[in-house]
Amino acid sequence: MTDFFTLGFLQRALAAGLLVSLLCGVLSVFVILRRMAFIGVGISHSAFGGVALGFLLGVDPLWTGILFSVGVALLIEWTQTHGRVEEDTAIGIFFAASMALGLVFLHLSRAYNVDVFGFLFGNLLAIGPRQVTEILLVTGGVLILIWIFFKELVFLSFDEEMAWVSGVPVRLLRYLFLVMMALVIIVSIYLVGIILVSALLVIPGAIAQNLSRQIRAMIGVSAGAAVGSMVGGLGVSYSMDYPPGATIVLLLSLVYLATSLYQSRRRSSPAR
Amino acid sequence: MPEIAVATKNLWVSYNGLTVLEDISLEIEAGRFVGILGPNGGGKSTLLKVILGLAPPSRGQVRVFGESPQKLRHRGEVMGYLPQKPLINPRFPVSVLDVVLMGRYGRIGLGRRPRPEDVDLARRHLEMVGIPHLAARPIGEISGGEQQRVFIARALCVEPRILILDEPLISLDACAQDDLYEMIYGLKEKLRLTVLMVSHDIGGVARHVNDIVCLNRRVHVHQPPPIGRIPLESTFGCSVEYLFHGEIPHRVVKIHDD
Repeated sequence: MTDFFTLGFLQRALAAGLLVSLLCGVLSVFVILRRMAFIGVGISHSAFGGVALGFLLGVDPLWTGILFSVGVALLIEWTQTHGRVEEDTAIGIFFAASMALGLVFLHLSRAYNVDVFGFLFGNLLAIGPRQVTEILLVTGGVLILIWIFFKELVFLSFDEEMAWVSGVPVRLLRYLFLVMMALVIIVSIYLVGIILVSALLVIPGAIAQNLSRQIRAMIGVSAGAAVGSMVGGLGVSYSMDYPPGATIVLLLSLVYLATSLYQSRRRSSPAR
Repeated sequence: MPEIAVATKNLWVSYNGLTVLEDISLEIEAGRFVGILGPNGGGKSTLLKVILGLAPPSRGQVRVFGESPQKLRHRGEVMGYLPQKPLINPRFPVSVLDVVLMGRYGRIGLGRRPRPEDVDLARRHLEMVGIPHLAARPIGEISGGEQQRVFIARALCVEPRILILDEPLISLDACAQDDLYEMIYGLKEKLRLTVLMVSHDIGGVARHVNDIVCLNRRVHVHQPPPIGRIPLESTFGCSVEYLFHGEIPHRVVKIHDD
């Protein structure tokens, strides 16, 4: 077994990139089918508040980021089920409030020298051995949970009300999914940063929806698209000296565009 | 004494301060095919949701086979349900058989995979609704009538004692509607179900169901009720009671004697 602690920065970047893209590719299918793209944006931006809180308190921003994101995810869910607020309204409010809190925290901590830019836009090449371990743990944990609750997650995505009527514990699974999303977003932030992380949770699934008609195939295509764009994006970024996170997201977007064109051409052609 | 499948007592339901159902007391006997009629916004779907446990009553109580819907669900007894819009996302990448199998998921249990028995059961129910040949097709690529049958098969796959259908006929042409009525009636007899069906189609309901419930939530009916008592009785050939509030006191469901 390879020891992550002995890897060079490039190998670490590649290992982290592969794990995160595989994870995001799989989860992305459910994000797309459950129409939760905007929740992804909300959770990732609220992580900024958590990260800044970490700087203010002088603790590892990863942990405050996780706490903050999971907290906001649960709060969005709670407001929506208990209040009279629509989900997208709740997201809009928490997302803005967390970003604002983050700026205030940063101001209070006077920590202008910290790598805020890295958190906003990702810095894959600066990933340390600890981060790789964290990514590995989250990837393993979330993939196992998806495997265990696969049929329930599919049913929830298909029709939540019907799943409840059929005896599936919908509330529990909704919370579980939100927590998984929050964890995945936090570990992905190293790669592409807060601003672009939701792209990893949305675009691979959207590509897969263009190309597949069966959910298992869709998961395969989505994971493949994510991993492929990650490797390709890292290659391009390395050779052209582009920022890696942005290159990966641009590559994914191009693939999405291409598959959408393919899909619309296939639909408009008379032979099916 | 016949068994009572569904009973509500002084049931009130409001959403955001708006009363949708007002003081409804009714009893539905087990083994009947009951049509629920009423104008748009009359609270038909809400009544179904309260019976299913999806919407909480503001006041009063609802009992299904003598228990609250939540308790019944907690015990693992679930009701068969066809929602008004069963296919939310027509591009959802699952096959017809996958959809029918979903009916088993609550019974199979959390984190377990469907067993061969479950797949067999799903296939048998597809046969019962007359579309076994569509099992492998993507759900979004079959006709509306076929989809309706798939979702009825899914509702039956939970092996319910009660089948609740919300506007199952809405997108079907007249022929397909008649076929569906016949099929539901046949299934009810075969599986000894109680069937509750919400519909707009007064004529069709009259020809096919055992009992009729007319539902209009309103506290004050300013316009005359949509169907008068006399024409209703002559159309249906059975006695009917209303649930028009304000003007006529509310008592529902009168069993007609065959």
